[in-house]
Amino acid sequence: MKEKNKVFWKGVEELQNEPEFIKNNLNEFPASALAKDGSDDSAPDRRDFLKLVGFSVAAATLAACEAPVKKAIPYLNKPEEIEPGIANWYASTYTEGGDYCSVLVKTREGRPIKVEGNKLSSVSRGGASARVQSSVLSLYDTERLKGVQVAGKASSWEAADAAIIDRLAKVSQEGGAIRLVSSTVLSPTTLKAIAEFKAKYPTTEHVVYDAISANAISKANGISFGKAVIPSYDFSKAEIIVSFAADFLATWSAGDYSIDFANTRKLSKNKKTMSRLYAFESNLSLTGSNADYRAPIKLSQEGLFVAELYNRLTSARINTEAVKNDILDRAVNDLLQHKGKSIVVSGSNDVNVQLLINEINLALGNYGKTINLSSPVNYRLGDDEKMNQFVDDLNGDKIAAVIFYGANPVYDHPRAEEIKAGLKKTKLSVSFADRADETASAVEFITPDHHYLESWNDAEPKPGFYSLCQPTISPLFKTRQAQESLLKWAGNNADYYTYLKNNWTATVLNGASWDKALHDGVHEAASVSTEVAPVSSNFNASAVEAGIAKVYSSGKGIDLKLYEKVAIGSGAQANNPWLQELPDPISKATWDNYLAVSKKYADENNWKEGTLVDVKVGNKKLAKAVPVLIQPGQAAGTASLALGYGREKAGKVGTGVGANAFALASIQEGLVQYSAFNVTITATGGFSQIAQTQTHHTIMNRPIVQDATLADYIKDPSAGRFFPTVTTADGKVAPAKVDIWKDQHIQPNHKWGMNIDLNSCLGCGACVISCQAENNVPVVGKREVINRREMHWIRIDRYYSSDAESKKTGVYFEGDTEAMEHPSENPQVTFQPMMCQHCDHAPCESVCPVAATTHSTEGLNQMTYNRCVGTRYCANNCPYKVRRFNWFKYFDNGEVFDKNTSMNTALGRMVLNPDVTVRSRGVMEKCSMCVQRIQEGKLIAKKEKRHVKDGEINIACAAACPTEAITFGDQNDLTSRISVERNELNKERAYAVLEELNVQPNVLYLTKIRNTQA
Amino acid sequence: MSKTSISNLVSRLSLLIILSSFFFTPSRANAPDPGLVSQGEVLFKENCKTCHAVHTQEVGPALKDVTKRRDVKWLSAWIRNSSAVIASGDKYANDLFNKFGKSPMTSFSSFKDDEIKAILAYIDSESAKAPETAKAAATTADGTNANAPKQDDTTSTIILILVVVVLILVLTTLIVFLSVIKRFLKDKEATLTEEDKELVNQKFDLVVVVKSKMFITIVSLLFVCIAVRACWLGALSIGVEQNYEPVQPIPFSHKLHAGDNKINCNYCHTGAYKSKQANIPSVNICMNCHTHVKEGPKYGKEGIAQVVKAYESGAPIKWVRVHNLPDLAYFNHSQHTTVAGIECQKCHGPIEEMEVVRQHSPLTMGWCINCHRETAVNSKDNAYYDKLLKIHADSKKKGDMKAEEIGATDCSRCHY
Repeated sequence: MKEKNKVFWKGVEELQNEPEFIKNNLNEFPASALAKDGSDDSAPDRRDFLKLVGFSVAAATLAACEAPVKKAIPYLNKPEEIEPGIANWYASTYTEGGDYCSVLVKTREGRPIKVEGNKLSSVSRGGASARVQSSVLSLYDTERLKGVQVAGKASSWEAADAAIIDRLAKVSQEGGAIRLVSSTVLSPTTLKAIAEFKAKYPTTEHVVYDAISANAISKANGISFGKAVIPSYDFSKAEIIVSFAADFLATWSAGDYSIDFANTRKLSKNKKTMSRLYAFESNLSLTGSNADYRAPIKLSQEGLFVAELYNRLTSARINTEAVKNDILDRAVNDLLQHKGKSIVVSGSNDVNVQLLINEINLALGNYGKTINLSSPVNYRLGDDEKMNQFVDDLNGDKIAAVIFYGANPVYDHPRAEEIKAGLKKTKLSVSFADRADETASAVEFITPDHHYLESWNDAEPKPGFYSLCQPTISPLFKTRQAQESLLKWAGNNADYYTYLKNNWTATVLNGASWDKALHDGVHEAASVSTEVAPVSSNFNASAVEAGIAKVYSSGKGIDLKLYEKVAIGSGAQANNPWLQELPDPISKATWDNYLAVSKKYADENNWKEGTLVDVKVGNKKLAKAVPVLIQPGQAAGTASLALGYGREKAGKVGTGVGANAFALASIQEGLVQYSAFNVTITATGGFSQIAQTQTHHTIMNRPIVQDATLADYIKDPSAGRFFPTVTTADGKVAPAKVDIWKDQHIQPNHKWGMNIDLNSCLGCGACVISCQAENNVPVVGKREVINRREMHWIRIDRYYSSDAESKKTGVYFEGDTEAMEHPSENPQVTFQPMMCQHCDHAPCESVCPVAATTHSTEGLNQMTYNRCVGTRYCANNCPYKVRRFNWFKYFDNGEVFDKNTSMNTALGRMVLNPDVTVRSRGVMEKCSMCVQRIQEGKLIAKKEKRHVKDGEINIACAAACPTEAITFGDQNDLTSRISVERNELNKERAYAVLEELNVQPNVLYLTKIRNTQA
Repeated sequence: MSKTSISNLVSRLSLLIILSSFFFTPSRANAPDPGLVSQGEVLFKENCKTCHAVHTQEVGPALKDVTKRRDVKWLSAWIRNSSAVIASGDKYANDLFNKFGKSPMTSFSSFKDDEIKAILAYIDSESAKAPETAKAAATTADGTNANAPKQDDTTSTIILILVVVVLILVLTTLIVFLSVIKRFLKDKEATLTEEDKELVNQKFDLVVVVKSKMFITIVSLLFVCIAVRACWLGALSIGVEQNYEPVQPIPFSHKLHAGDNKINCNYCHTGAYKSKQANIPSVNICMNCHTHVKEGPKYGKEGIAQVVKAYESGAPIKWVRVHNLPDLAYFNHSQHTTVAGIECQKCHGPIEEMEVVRQHSPLTMGWCINCHRETAVNSKDNAYYDKLLKIHADSKKKGDMKAEEIGATDCSRCHY
């Protein structure tokens, strides 16, 4: 069957063919994994069965007796703009720390239920990450404070205000220092309010720090060019990109970098060029997994690699330990050929490294072309040194009052313990946190801020690019906007809306319409200052040389990298179950952080996946043992651990999940460092299974992913395609010629379909959350994920691959470990979104005994829950493994599924999409291709007496995809985007997964093309 | 002829009766120009009806023979600005004002003389009519309507009874024949063979018959069949709440609002033509009229007072939901009303005649599907259906393009 030598695998278990894996692999449904820990007794016995039968009969009889009287309670005074049953959309702005996204919020009957990207913003450009998508559930978090708390007890705003103003006045009179500690504030009006507060209390100083700091970049730019900013990068013009552990595709931007990057990777018959990405990193990041060339390097050599690149690209030279790497050689060659059309970036928080990066980019002539210092981004404005000073002052009794705004340093600062202790010495401590988190529970006053969906606010992600935030629901609790509180304490009783509007009229709008800005959500100044590219820089080679030499060397110790995950980030939204259950793009692990190590290292220490280890850095120790995860691609001699876990006071969902890695961060030269060298890792002897989804729904080594190199693609656009044949009496023919179906489905009007471009899919997972929010997909919790019962309708399969010769191709069970051992050190990665393929000849439909799954006249594979009796035949017969069975009642079952907050709390239920059924126990479910959206779009067209326009209906996953890797449309409309793509632009690349089965899916994939050299 | 078409016919007939009654009345009364009267009728219904009736006292006084009480000039002044007339010290005006709780009449200053004349002409013509004409007509309509299906029922019952009678007759005749033949044969007993004798002398024994296997089998089989069918029907009716007619917290009459006052459904049910839900009206919509109308013709002041109380106290009214479509079924009103052009009555029945709302249709899936099978798509002037119409024409299928043909029976039309 298989024609190629390339081997794809999903995880180390598959590589090694562990017995457990093989066993599970053969079953669509797992035998209860619970049996292992004794919490479940294998099969029910006869008595249980009879009991159940008796109970169900009784229950059914009782339920059938009489329908309950239902009440219909209409509005008392219906707001004019609300029509029950019709969604309203409002433009708003998501900000979380320095993260920014312009969003559209869908509300039904006054409740926000879905967040999507706003295409009018030229900063976030319609993208909305998983975190942004999930934020709507955080609004309905029952852990949020219901009102003011003073010393841990509920109080009233009046009392708290009076007390705070009184104390502030006293402190100010005595000349005591007041500190406002916040994360990056993107809002100019908030900064104005803070300034007003400062004017009233002149001893106030605003300390900004970021949980995950990027301070070195702005510092280096300050030294090099006199502009202490983080520049904006134009990846659309970059043909060669070199990244030193900079995860710019995942965590660096509002989405514009990934959009630009993906656009350079899109191919068609009219565009046969691609950018090339080099990545040098220790842990396999999202950026690294999308790289054409990836070199796993030790963290302790990062500086050496950058210095080596500097030496090779510039005439100058700094003397550091030399490193050799063939991928670096290639990168150097490419960079030299693409001067002014390249970008070199580093994620390091070491100023010396960033100074070298600046020199490299300057030498390459990238400033003014791909890097813009005049239009910097404001995402990370934190000043680590100032924060450090604050902690010193706090413990030196120099601070009388402290106010925390959007900051949780007792959790996410390396000196958390000192801050916690120091807070007790202040005369006034206030937090605007929405819950009694680690910091807020250590202060006296908690004056909770609104959620952003309840707030008025603005943001300026880049100078001149303004964005408005408007409330989409009345405040759920007795909370108050932080800005309003600050103003009130400063003696200004204006409400923040008026304050904001006045500020905009005076400083932002410049005569433009407020209503329009509010409607659009963004207001972008017509002219953005044009870049005057720096031609020279201030570079002290000897100082940098000393700095690099001091830190980096090719030592033997184990390096530890603390990294940010796509879903959890810095842990601010840790209490969001959607994010906790979103599989990590690479490891596919949920509900945990873990110590990722290379296979070799694990073998050396005799660790298995799940072995609990203690991690120590100098005298710092992780509070909790973490499980080991064997990560292909992890550089030898390194380990990595995600930040954002181990929250102690996040709420019932996030508390106690994983271990807090911030504790291992250190402060060096004033900057927070997220790497540590010479760490000690010792096994505790314990074991904790990691809830990974990677090898669930496995695919038996079939050519699911089809890929090729750019060179091959240019020669033959169908390169990498697998053309299956079926042997018949008349010789080999294409599978479509051998058809067991006599009657074909007819789709006279519409034939909906999807295209998925494997080249554009970066694996970010935004689609998974978008689908979860749109389709009321339950969260099942860690235990059930371990049982392989996650419910996501769309998953992003991550395949590792290697070009190594496999001696026994097509033979699955006899592992070819010899050939595969090497590739697991640095595999290529392919992401493939997988959901119901809506086959025209669907194998699931033909086995359903009750016709619960059938084919529609529009090409959809429809799942009728109320008809399903739960035989699960369909899931067994689905070659794509995309059907999900409701093993339990996930709603109204808070005792068992307390993490599924969107269905088990009265507040959480407000997020449910009222147009989609909440499925009950015992029924099968799967992707419906957002049939509710299709129906809605068709209805609008019918009402307006016209045809459906291409692009007007969009499904949740496609709408969420920032890079447009997923596109949706009508195949019967020959001018639709998907038709043009399939029939014209990328005809040769389009393939159906498992074409050999001739199930005729309505979802087609475009081959993955890598820009590697021959 | 099906039930629906009969009731259709009946309602059309009754409509004809009502219309003709209107048509003929003016000739009886010695009223002026019928054109003026009809103009007046329109104006009256638009402007005055909220507070006035001709024969009964509503918010304002009954207007019967008002032109005989006051002259046209006084009335014009009063209609245009009643407060001015009261302020002028007119005694009649002041008495009237005091009698009606000092609530002033809305000023209609924009009315032209012609328009006031037309309204008065209409009031005159109505005054001449007997007070109950309209209602009587309505009752007949009601009566016939209700009888229509019953008539149909009786016919089948009569046929059934006839069949039974004929069968009994046949049975008795057969028994008579049998006994006659037996007797005849007994007379000739000597000539019969041994076997035949036995047959003739055989006595009919009920016990033997009852105890026979054949009998028991047949009876038990019958019993099982009946029981199964009863269970099946019972099971089918589970959750089917046809004719559900709950008592509402406020005795709201659709007959009065939608029937007599002819308020468009969409006025209160704001979503009926544009949304998924038709929407139970919010209290502020009730208050559009009930700020003025404080007393109903049938239930008096109490119900309206409850509405006002809800509005003022801020506690919404908890209506009892009549139509409970299961959660698993998605239904969109606007698809059926705006796109398909279906009348509300098609599913909700004669809602304008219901004093208390009743679930007219079974709301079962079979009922939905049946309609989707039988109903032709309202594709007129709707470009959305162009392609489908062409396919339908090419397919040489007879008749109109039915909803089913274009996928209206797909599962995912309603279940997702």
